[in-house]
Amino acid sequence: MYDVVIIGCGVVGAATAYRLARYDLRTLVLEANNDVANATTKANSAILHAGYDPEPGTKMAALNVEGNRMAIEICRRLDVPVKQTGSLVLAFTPEQLPHLQTLYDRGTANGVPGLQLLSGDEARALEPNLSTEVCGALLAPTAAVVDPWGFALAMIETAVRNGVELHRSAPVTAIRAGEGGGFVLATPQGEVETRFVINAAGVNADRVHALLEPVDWRMQPSRGEYYLLDKSEGGRVGRVIFQCPGPEGKGVLVAPTVHGNLIVGPNAEPVTDRRDLGNTAAGLAFVKARAMQSVPSIRFGENIRNFSGIRANTDRDDFLIGWSKAYPGFLDLAGIKSPGLTSAPAIGKLAADMLGEAGLPLTEKPDFLDERHVVRFRYATPEQKAALIAKDPRYGRVICRCETITEGEILDAIHSPVPATTVNGVKRRCNAGMGRCQGGFCGPRVQAILARELGVSPTEILMDQAGSWVLCGETKQTEEVPTHG
Amino acid sequence: MAETYQLIVIGGGPAGLAAACKAWEQGLRRVLVLERDCELGGILNQCIHNGFGLHRFGEELTGPEYAGRYIAMLAETGVEVRLDTMVLQLVPGRDGHPHEVHAVNGKQGYQVLQAQAVVLAMGCRERTRGAISIPGERPSGIFTAGAAQRFLNIEGYMVGRRVVILGSGDIGLIMARRMTLEGAKVLACVELMPYSGGLTRNIVQCLQDYNIPLYLSHTVTDIRGHDRVEQVVVSRVGPDRQPIPGTEMVFDCDTLLLSVGLIPENELSRGAGVEIDPRTRGPVVAENRETSIPGIFACGNVLHVHDLVDFVSAESERAGAAAAQYVQAQDAAPGAPAPAAAIPVQAGEGVSYTVPQHLHPAALAAGAELFFRVRRVTKTANILVEDANGARVAKFARTHLAPGEMENITLPAALLARATPPLTVRIEEVQA
Ligand SMILES: Cc1cc2nc3c(=O)[nH]c(=O)nc-3n(C[C@H](O)[C@H](O)[C@H](O)COP(=O)(O)OP(=O)(O)OC[C@H]3O[C@@H](n4cnc5c(N)ncnc54)[C@H](O)[C@@H]3O)c2cc1C
Ligand SMILES: Cc1cc2nc3c(=O)[nH]c(=O)nc-3n(C[C@H](O)[C@H](O)[C@H](O)COP(=O)(O)OP(=O)(O)OC[C@H]3O[C@@H](n4cnc5c(N)ncnc54)[C@H](O)[C@@H]3O)c2cc1C
Repeated sequence: MYDVVIIGCGVVGAATAYRLARYDLRTLVLEANNDVANATTKANSAILHAGYDPEPGTKMAALNVEGNRMAIEICRRLDVPVKQTGSLVLAFTPEQLPHLQTLYDRGTANGVPGLQLLSGDEARALEPNLSTEVCGALLAPTAAVVDPWGFALAMIETAVRNGVELHRSAPVTAIRAGEGGGFVLATPQGEVETRFVINAAGVNADRVHALLEPVDWRMQPSRGEYYLLDKSEGGRVGRVIFQCPGPEGKGVLVAPTVHGNLIVGPNAEPVTDRRDLGNTAAGLAFVKARAMQSVPSIRFGENIRNFSGIRANTDRDDFLIGWSKAYPGFLDLAGIKSPGLTSAPAIGKLAADMLGEAGLPLTEKPDFLDERHVVRFRYATPEQKAALIAKDPRYGRVICRCETITEGEILDAIHSPVPATTVNGVKRRCNAGMGRCQGGFCGPRVQAILARELGVSPTEILMDQAGSWVLCGETKQTEEVPTHG
Repeated sequence: MAETYQLIVIGGGPAGLAAACKAWEQGLRRVLVLERDCELGGILNQCIHNGFGLHRFGEELTGPEYAGRYIAMLAETGVEVRLDTMVLQLVPGRDGHPHEVHAVNGKQGYQVLQAQAVVLAMGCRERTRGAISIPGERPSGIFTAGAAQRFLNIEGYMVGRRVVILGSGDIGLIMARRMTLEGAKVLACVELMPYSGGLTRNIVQCLQDYNIPLYLSHTVTDIRGHDRVEQVVVSRVGPDRQPIPGTEMVFDCDTLLLSVGLIPENELSRGAGVEIDPRTRGPVVAENRETSIPGIFACGNVLHVHDLVDFVSAESERAGAAAAQYVQAQDAAPGAPAPAAAIPVQAGEGVSYTVPQHLHPAALAAGAELFFRVRRVTKTANILVEDANGARVAKFARTHLAPGEMENITLPAALLARATPPLTVRIEEVQA
């Protein structure tokens, strides 16, 4: 019998697990995918929003502002790349200026520190590549850019190191009330019993809820598409550059990523197939045109990747955080749309507090390990590099040449508390394959290292989710082909 | 404590090998080749087909055989080689040494090496899906042709059974044949331009001989499949190269290979402050392949993308010899002044770039060889070289010009002597 089962290991599930890991509890995380942080958490704008967007008084407003502060602290503690760049919201016409004032007032009501209204020239003094059309801006110094999957991974790894259990490839397929209270959850790996259930299933939170009882709100998934540009464009702007939300929805942003690239997007397109993460020519054209309004000099020829993510939008304005009325003990963390990445740590803390109020004893563990260190060869000084290689020569073998990722770091990823088992799993943990050649060079090598470490044939190594096979067999052993040892 | 060399060659592909051999032959004795792979030979190691060496050795060799000849030549010299060694940085040197190379490997660890001269020979990388923003989903089964080639030829694994190839560059064409011979069904080779980007011989030997259709003026407009590629949608494009709605063809396949161009790998060069030509995406060089930084030379695919390795070798021998000459001149007269201002060579109408981008007046006495690519397929045409006054310096008649095939001309010294710089190379179409 578990005390708590968390369904879903995106950033919300991970933050909740990390929060609960400090208490003396039996906690289990069930993740449908073969890896964590592999849904909306891996495909978003990667911004820790300051918190001037949500309406004052909403859960979202409070959780965003608190989440921003907590997330930056957690990133520093758990060695997650984060950079507090600040953000600007731009106005292009005098008609948009009152909107900046509205955001300023909201932000002030929400408790966002340091907000400042700027003239067009002041904004351009900070960001010389902004369009000459910009006639005003709202500066929010607390906004930050983060490695979103790295953030979630750090929290779930720390949770696992502190005794939280994690089952991957474990989709919850049925939920029923237990005989003596609590719940019984079914996955293909078997049934588990638990006192409390936390639904953190992201864009599928409605479906998970519906396993127990009918849902009284509607999921309205909305896809956003992006460009990710080479590091040669990474310095185009130094801050996150937003536009005023218009009738077509929230504007397109241009931002540096924490890895030094430039991210541009998203649009907003309702979708019915929640797994359709495709890009469309029209969507990309829209994103590009809008981004050029803010920063006309972006060189889209330096694009290295397009991607898209699905927002867990609902027919409600706020996050849907609350107990099932018919089944106390079942807590929804649903409708966690943007700023969900930012709010996650605060959502996790709120969830833990709600469990406490519902009678779960929250006794702090004396030996809670709240730190983490990751080797990042590329950022080390020459002396540190020499020391790393002396410790383990595999830190001297560069496998991903675009990002300078060594075999040692890839092995760290494969043997981490939440081990990488796929090519993209390695990529999310140590960046191999993220660069300008997109794994063209290191892909085969990462495949081989994974196979060697996991003791399987390279043909069994997947790129990503189940079904994403890379190799379909060995070549014919003809004379001209060197045989594989 | 830093180790010092007369010459450090970065990259042990055909370019680096030829440059190092030549520098040794010219008398340098402290020469080091740094190669990040665990063997020498560069991209040739995965090119197990024939077609290398006709110019250089007068016979048809496979890629590994061609590389083998140079590896054997290098073994005859005292050139030092470090394999499995990645160069991370090239910076100005300390203590009177002009250049400092930072490299790592598992054995010698983090190495700081001093050099009088450096040859850049890092080759190129393939353009990816991202570079051309192909719409659609992002399942597995999308490979650059070179990555697939490595899986097949080096690792010994097949990457798919039903294949569409985007781009008709040479690597794509070679892979169409290779995949077919391995039992895969290659459904189509799709090319955006109205002509192929590869060598004519490869179109014949790799597509036509296997009845693989080539769709010119077409492109991939959608990729379907959540996990692995399931379908690829191909559309015809108009003269503006935009897809024409209603022309979609759907191919059921599990693999999409991309052969959509190569990009010289110049992150190290950029970091060192070497001037890059936006058209070649390689360093700006003079006839001796010296870059904008004295003592740093570049050759092979890092300089501009070559079709034939034979030309890579020839160019690299030139760079190796020039590097040797540079070191010897510096030794004879330390701090010798840089050569006089160079004469620019410009790409005119119908020409996308030239290499070299400028010529030293002293070199003109020996005549000048220019390499370039044309912008369009042309039947009968003249290559014109003109000077600043529009006066014709030289004219070369051609009956076939194509962007996929690098052109070269040699300007005799006698003609150059009279020209007023800069020189412009352009194409004049001749109506039949
Ligand atoms: C385009 C876009 C841009 C965004 N930009 C930002 C931003 O800049 N800043 C910001 O703060 N927020 C942003 N967001 C929002 C943020 O990304 C999300 O709020 C956050 O990632 C949601 O995390 P999650 O854990 O709820 O969901 P997810 O990351 O989707 O995780 C849910 C997990 O539940 C699992 N699951 C589903 N069903 C089951 C089941 N039956 N059994 C077991 N597991 C299951 C899934 O496999 C998945 O791993 C953006 C979102 C999008 C789409
Ligand atoms: C599929 C294919 C088919 C071809 N077919 C033919 C053909 O039929 N006939 C023909 O003549 N030519 C052919 N070619 C072209 C020929 O192979 C190339 O022109 C030639 O290999 C280029 O040589 P290079 O030395 O410039 O580059 P490469 O061969 O790419 O070598 C560059 C070397 O530099 C190393 N390097 C790069 N960066 C670093 C660093 N930072 N530190 C250390 N080392 C580094 C690389 O590992 C590599 O070994 C073909 C090429 C391909 C890919």
